[in-house]
Amino acid sequence: MTEILRLENVGKQFGGIHAVNNVSFSLEEGEIIGLIGPNGAGKTTLVNLITGVHPLSSGKVIFAGEDVSRQQAFQAARRGLARTFQIVQPFPKMTVLENVAAGAMFGGGSTSVQEAMVLAREELEFVGLAHVADTAASSLALPNRKRLELAKSLAMRPKVLLLDEVNAGLNATEIDGALDLIRKIAARGVTILIIEHLMKVVLSISQRILVLHHGELIAQGDPRTVIEDPQVVEAYLGSKFAARVKAESHHA
Amino acid sequence: MKQLLCFGAFALWVAMIAATPLLADNYTIRIAISVSMFSVMAVSWNFIGGFTGYPSFSTAAFFGIGCYAGAIAQRNGVPLVLAWMFATILVAVFAALLGAIILRLKGHYFAIGSIAIVELTRLITSSWGSLTGGGDGLNVPLLQGNPQEVAGLVLYVMLGILVLAFVTSVYVDRSRLGFGLKCISQNEDAANMVGVNTTAFKIVAYTLSAVFCGAVGAVYASWVGYIDPTDSFSILLTLKVPVMVLLGGAGTLLGPILGTGVFILLEEIFWANFLEWNRAILGGIIVFLIFFLPNGLLKIQYLQLYAAVSRKLSIGSSKSGAGS
Repeated sequence: MTEILRLENVGKQFGGIHAVNNVSFSLEEGEIIGLIGPNGAGKTTLVNLITGVHPLSSGKVIFAGEDVSRQQAFQAARRGLARTFQIVQPFPKMTVLENVAAGAMFGGGSTSVQEAMVLAREELEFVGLAHVADTAASSLALPNRKRLELAKSLAMRPKVLLLDEVNAGLNATEIDGALDLIRKIAARGVTILIIEHLMKVVLSISQRILVLHHGELIAQGDPRTVIEDPQVVEAYLGSKFAARVKAESHHA
Repeated sequence: MKQLLCFGAFALWVAMIAATPLLADNYTIRIAISVSMFSVMAVSWNFIGGFTGYPSFSTAAFFGIGCYAGAIAQRNGVPLVLAWMFATILVAVFAALLGAIILRLKGHYFAIGSIAIVELTRLITSSWGSLTGGGDGLNVPLLQGNPQEVAGLVLYVMLGILVLAFVTSVYVDRSRLGFGLKCISQNEDAANMVGVNTTAFKIVAYTLSAVFCGAVGAVYASWVGYIDPTDSFSILLTLKVPVMVLLGGAGTLLGPILGTGVFILLEEIFWANFLEWNRAILGGIIVFLIFFLPNGLLKIQYLQLYAAVSRKLSIGSSKSGAGS
């Protein structure tokens, strides 16, 4: 496997606060990686640093062998670094199809509006939203808005997809559907970094897990090892939960 | 079909305006020139205020700089048409440079910033006496010919610029640029995230909103023969143009033109009949618009409205019939 994204000692300060401090890790092509950590650990900030929303205070982001530390958000999108938002960000007055076409047009490099529309329709089929293609994005309910967000990112032909809590606010059935979809996306060869609070989800889908706490990476590695790490247990999981997961995994 | 209707309506409207010198008196031609000139500015404003959703109030600055650039160039011996072109290009460059600075502001802040530009350009113009004549204004070389010919020429030039502006707006509406601008107007952060270079797109939109205003400004200066800072950089003008677009329908192709037509018609009626109160009535229209027609005249569902009204009327008449 080849490396697609590498962070070297990445840091971000807001005034005197170290939101992200000296974080280094790398993603291999085609991997699904979970990023977990307590609220305020700096997960979303880290995604914002990788996608050029905030400039880095220190360190480097290397994407496909190229130093992209100083890129702007729209450049990240064009390079193939797509992300979804924790709070969905549709273009409310456009149709669902046009929303996705915007991704194809600007991030995916479609040359004409028509070509973008065709691509957008394919992605809508893929995420299962083809039946609402011509309704206004603002009329969708939350689960479909999250799917729309995914379709929009996929239309950008990403190499790496950063999913910021795509499952937040969904019920159990909807989460199962979303997980299937994420696996299907990974099967297309897209590398996925997923921020997630539901441990069940993270454990079932991630090949590796990164744990962020107070802006620092306190653990990384395969899921079973990470959840037994005493630091992670103390910072995030709690001892009861760790014991339960351990017991369940012994059963399995 | 809808597109054809739109182009047909526009062509008809242009033909009607173009026919005025053949059919009507000088007063009507003056109104026709005014309609064409304001239509150009309304269509221009639509690029930034309609498509992009940035409430710009810089129109008068572009118009005024166009007036002065054209006038000063002519006074220094530049031939008429070249002077107009010079003014147009100068305004475009000015808008592009300025846009790179003030488009960092959003919402109300942008609105205030853009209106400050008008005041600033006006103050600079009235203070820079050696170049602009200051508060005394400038005489512009008169166009050759009798008043009728001059008015005809000005009208056709204005109409030409209008057609150019309209065609540009049709092109932008269908292109990648227009798509990106609409994304920006709905959610700028999301637009940035899907790969729209929002800064560049906004600067292009702002420049487009300026370039044709510069052109009509220069032509206007040649037409009236005398310009001064208050007339060229008028706050009223900078407010009128967005109101016209909102009246017609912001972000639509025909809305700005329809709005301008209706607005100038109303203005003429109020001006003729309520000499003292016409400004107050103008204010009333603005308030009415914001409350009752936020999407403009083009977005009203006329068929539904007609159905509702005719139902009301038929109920009313059947009731009165039962009563008698």
